[in-house]
Amino acid sequence: MLELEHNALQHERGFEGLSQLRDFGANKDTWLAQSPELSEITQRLLEGTARLDQIGQHLEVRRGSFSRDWQEVLVAASDGTYARDIRLHQSSGLSVLAADGEHRASIARRFGSSDRPDDLREWDVDAAANEVCSSAATMLHADYVDGGQMPVVLANRFGGVIFHEACGHLLETTQVERGTTPFADQVGKTIANPAVTAIDEGLSTGAFGSLSMDDEGMESQRTVLIEQGVLKGFLSDRAGELRTGHARTGSGRRQNHGFAAASRMRNTYIAAGPHSTDDLIQSVDRGLYCKSMGGGSVGPTGQFNFSVEEGYIIENGQLGRPVKGATLIGEAKEVMPRISMCANDLDLAAGYCGSVSGSIFVTVGQPHIKVDSITVGGR
Amino acid sequence: MTHTPLNVEELRDQLHALATRDGIRQWDLGASRGMNASVQVDRGEAKQMKAAQRSSITVRVWNEQGLVGVTSTSDLSPGGLDKALKGAYQASSFGNAEDIPGFSPLATAAIPELDRPLKPSQSIQTLLSTLKDVEGELLAKHPAIETVPYNGLSEGNSERIYLNSEGALRHMQRTQASLYLYARAEESGRKPRSGGAVRVALGSADLDLGGCIQEAAERTISHLNYQPIDTGRYLVCFTPEAFLDLLGAFSSMMNARSILDGVSLSSKESLGQQLAVPFFNLHDNGLHPAHVGAAAFDGEGTPTKRLCLIGNGTLENLLHSEATARQFGVHPTGHAGLGAKVSVGPDWFEVSSSSGVSSAASHLDHRNASEPFVLIESLNALHAGVKASQGAFSLPFDGWLVKDGERISVEAATIAGDIRDVLKGIVHLEPNEVVTHQGVSPHVWVDGLAITGEA
Repeated sequence: MLELEHNALQHERGFEGLSQLRDFGANKDTWLAQSPELSEITQRLLEGTARLDQIGQHLEVRRGSFSRDWQEVLVAASDGTYARDIRLHQSSGLSVLAADGEHRASIARRFGSSDRPDDLREWDVDAAANEVCSSAATMLHADYVDGGQMPVVLANRFGGVIFHEACGHLLETTQVERGTTPFADQVGKTIANPAVTAIDEGLSTGAFGSLSMDDEGMESQRTVLIEQGVLKGFLSDRAGELRTGHARTGSGRRQNHGFAAASRMRNTYIAAGPHSTDDLIQSVDRGLYCKSMGGGSVGPTGQFNFSVEEGYIIENGQLGRPVKGATLIGEAKEVMPRISMCANDLDLAAGYCGSVSGSIFVTVGQPHIKVDSITVGGR
Repeated sequence: MTHTPLNVEELRDQLHALATRDGIRQWDLGASRGMNASVQVDRGEAKQMKAAQRSSITVRVWNEQGLVGVTSTSDLSPGGLDKALKGAYQASSFGNAEDIPGFSPLATAAIPELDRPLKPSQSIQTLLSTLKDVEGELLAKHPAIETVPYNGLSEGNSERIYLNSEGALRHMQRTQASLYLYARAEESGRKPRSGGAVRVALGSADLDLGGCIQEAAERTISHLNYQPIDTGRYLVCFTPEAFLDLLGAFSSMMNARSILDGVSLSSKESLGQQLAVPFFNLHDNGLHPAHVGAAAFDGEGTPTKRLCLIGNGTLENLLHSEATARQFGVHPTGHAGLGAKVSVGPDWFEVSSSSGVSSAASHLDHRNASEPFVLIESLNALHAGVKASQGAFSLPFDGWLVKDGERISVEAATIAGDIRDVLKGIVHLEPNEVVTHQGVSPHVWVDGLAITGEA
């Protein structure tokens, strides 16, 4: 131990010594040893690529990947904070490139967890391979989508990237400090459709964005961001609280000690609604169903974008032919009021978020949702 | 910020002694080490000041069966090197027998002289004071510019090393500084708009501060007058920066590693095939005088050189590492990065038009065109909207609709297409080749690209 309780800083003005250590990592010391070794990891990935080979069609490339990040974090600060944690994040994935003449489709799926040493052992490799191959087979000969304004239905799980990019980043106090969020003075006001309740939390067991404590030593919590369309609060870190007045929410996060912590999302999702997925599809005359999403980003003026990996035309309330090459763009202020229906099938998906304090583990999520109108970039 | 360069001969001798002791006969080491200081400001106040020292070392060991193990570390002490060598040796048991790298045959060849004098660093307080002044000047350029939410001034020095057990010894040092300014402007009742500029130089005292301020201001102000654009197909002119970004996103077309991995649009048979219009040339030139971050050798010690990738529209060469070059029966080209797997990537693109070959529409000039066109200033979200293995892109962009000599900023729109169609659909390369911080290119005209807007 560093014996920081007895640090010379103790006698400087304002510093009254470190508090008793809050050791969130006390029962986690054996996690790394419990995790699979290289040979076991290799075997699982080979099972996955063998399954891809068995069931896939036109596959030119089959890949399995795994990553493990083990962190021991110690936070000691002049306000007395003294806390320790151990974090284990594991991620496994399969990806393929299918090709048939001029037609090509690249599909990837990634699964991730926190604090679950046995995660790879419990990973359903066959189900993952089936999902990847099915998607690749569908998208291989898909046409490119025609662009335009249209209603869209976004699938659950990774569909939650729309809220993450469109709104979540704008509810970080980092954005308030910069003056780059349109919601800075909107607490208590309606910023979204009443169908929307949005939450960010670090508590869901095993979720990729869960934390026992943030990178400033504060215990994780559940933060309601939007309740029935009304903005309830922001995600705040220590500096965010000092600079904006929004109370800390246990959201001070960073990739590692090479970055300063900043207010960042954890597990962020739109809450389930009353509808079935069929209700949403059937309510659209002509639009786009986004079954699988790619990455996205948000710019300094609040304009967001994300790509659609697997899409289907909706015609007369029915799913139609598959389409590819769609990019959705918009602005949170305009899009949030247009999320008019939420289904009852909330589910989460693991992802990575890159921003001011580096790349961190997050979860996005939502039930199926309907956006009444959005710009779908295509050809 | 002081920096004592590594004693490379001593490092080589230590490695040699450790390897001999452990019975390791073949090894190499690639390393980069650097120090960097950076500042950010927010409306006249310090936002973040950061200094960092980083080392990244990759050690490879070939075992008795010829299999290779790799270790990455940040510890260049004798103890750290010992651990890295032993770790790499252990890892070599898992080496891939079907893909065994070797030493570059050019790792001891003469390397080019780079005219990049090392520049002294300034104190971090000087950087902060400078950036505060720069931000203040930019904010004063126009009443609508309220903040510069993304800004940074940094300087640093670094060194690169490559050593191997057959006597290769490469070492270089360089200094580098950068300034970026992205302003946000908003007029009453209108949407916020943004624009920015970047400058790089060998030292922070050499940065073109005034030019960066002026360019960031002009770009931001030019987007205040905006309108939605109709969805349709347009005559498009890419600025040099935008076109270089697009080419970079699809560089796997010219990457031998990507071809061997099956994720490139090209194949071994693509060499000699027409990839672009006949008046289109593309070189990769890591030695270009404007390339501030130039290195004289790559991660395998191969000398950097200017390489013609596309000549008169034909794919002439690929980017290679040692292993890919061996499989293609050519020499390495100096484009390898050393890591757990040897990566291959471009350095610095130069786009030019072929002499004596006319474009199809030489009357086009982005400053004075008679027909309507969309001028693409920058492409956004390339990480999400580019499918390199498919050739497809669908990207948000910043730009203007230029009509009757008037530029109107495009409010929110995407541009989509296929890189193969773009390269074969170029109608004109303007004669003026512009040096940017990421390469050289003229303005590039392409007809019939799909744009989706909100109108």
